[in-house]
Amino acid sequence: MMDFTALDFEPFLLSFKLAGITTLILFIVALPISWWLSQTKCRCKPFVEAVVSLPIVLPPSVLGFYILYALSYNSPIGAFFEETFGIKLVFNFTGLVIASVFYSFPFMVQPLQGGFESLNKNMLEASYIAGKSKVQTLLRVALPNIKPALLTALIVTFAHTVGEFGVVLMVGGSIPGETKVASVAIYEFVEVMDYTQAHIYSAIMLLLSFTVLLGVYLFNLRHNRRIGVA
Amino acid sequence: MIDINIHKILHGSTGSMDLDIDISIKEHEFVALSGQSGSGKTTLLRILAGLEEADGSINVNGDSWQNGTRVLAPQKRGIGFVFQEYALFANMSVEQNLLYVSKDRALAKHLLKMTDLIELKDRLPATLSGGQKQRVSLCRALMNRPKLLLMDEPLSALDPAMRTKLQHDILSLHKEFGTTTIMVSHDPSEIYRLAQRVILLDQGKVIQDGIPKEVLLHAQGSQKFSLTGEVLDIIKADVIHIAVVAIGQQIVEIVMDDAEAAMFNIGEQVQVSTKAFAPSLSHLK
Repeated sequence: MMDFTALDFEPFLLSFKLAGITTLILFIVALPISWWLSQTKCRCKPFVEAVVSLPIVLPPSVLGFYILYALSYNSPIGAFFEETFGIKLVFNFTGLVIASVFYSFPFMVQPLQGGFESLNKNMLEASYIAGKSKVQTLLRVALPNIKPALLTALIVTFAHTVGEFGVVLMVGGSIPGETKVASVAIYEFVEVMDYTQAHIYSAIMLLLSFTVLLGVYLFNLRHNRRIGVA
Repeated sequence: MIDINIHKILHGSTGSMDLDIDISIKEHEFVALSGQSGSGKTTLLRILAGLEEADGSINVNGDSWQNGTRVLAPQKRGIGFVFQEYALFANMSVEQNLLYVSKDRALAKHLLKMTDLIELKDRLPATLSGGQKQRVSLCRALMNRPKLLLMDEPLSALDPAMRTKLQHDILSLHKEFGTTTIMVSHDPSEIYRLAQRVILLDQGKVIQDGIPKEVLLHAQGSQKFSLTGEVLDIIKADVIHIAVVAIGQQIVEIVMDDAEAAMFNIGEQVQVSTKAFAPSLSHLK
């Protein structure tokens, strides 16, 4: 019989704390950008879309390397933060948050943009004609009508952040209680051949991920039935 | 008084077309905008609403809505717009759809009562029939007490019985709210019943403008009655030919001789008229 009380849950807590903060920041940052992308006729749209999607294509090591380089004391950004605020941006939790925001950016923008683009254009126009501004229309008409896309964006961003490995390893290292998240912890268990712990951690990740995704798809099915889409 | 003088190049399926409109509409007038699809009706309506750009000027009761590049935003025009496909806010109940436009609860209640929707006020749009949705849309368009009400084929998706009911609602609301109303419609009976004036567009230009009776009744000269239809088929039967012509929802057969049969092509738009006989009316069974 395994002793679960002896299990160190700190890496999980750290993973979820990181994912929660990243998701919150990304929602605020990605909302205006995805709304703009869905409504704009600007010729620069493909350019912006390509930049937004880069983290999907780039190997995490490339992204991690650039972020590490940009945030370290050797770059103007890193030097500025350290000299002005006395904050170090790499090999700590703050650095992880910044790296995660870049890494998970497309996973928040794309579902939201897709949701906004699928909205009935006339419905948004009806809101403008009713005298409501673009911001009011976004918050009171557009956002409430893309609940499945919104939930997908939030959950996938959260899950993707929990699941990141390469970027956190490069930018954060593996400092217990600071940057040692669950995925990094599993990697270390395997490295030292502690397969029991690796199994437990991996099984927990698998179960949590499946439960969350199942929940999202069940919600989307029910929601679409209710508003008469499916 | 609404003075409209606009032009815009439209790129449609049949190449580019110059929408060029110069009309004035009196206050409280009910105008029907008719014409074949692609003639620029919807675009004209959208330009009036500020949803699409165009060159030229629009002046409404002395206020400039558009003058060259200076364009008033749709939010500031205070109009009502009824879309063909309803465009209700799917996340709001019937009553909330109305209150979103204006917090005037008394007005919302009055409108919902007038259109027999009061029992449905807490329902979501997805649970309503097409006719009910369009009545909600009509009520919503009137919530800001618009001076100008624009309707883009509001009844084309509805069955005939529901059309008649909504025509009645539209007319009574037009009168009660004293709106100037512009409605895109293809249905002659609807235009005749509702409009005081009909403007016929073709290829972006006004080709007829007058009272519905004059514009809709095509009969000219000594013809007793005449209808426009499309030749569906020309069948040779012994020594004569029979042309099958679709007129509105009806199919009729017309006897022709060889020479006449050679003159017409299948798919051609034709006028069916008679001079010798007086048509008579009888009750439908």
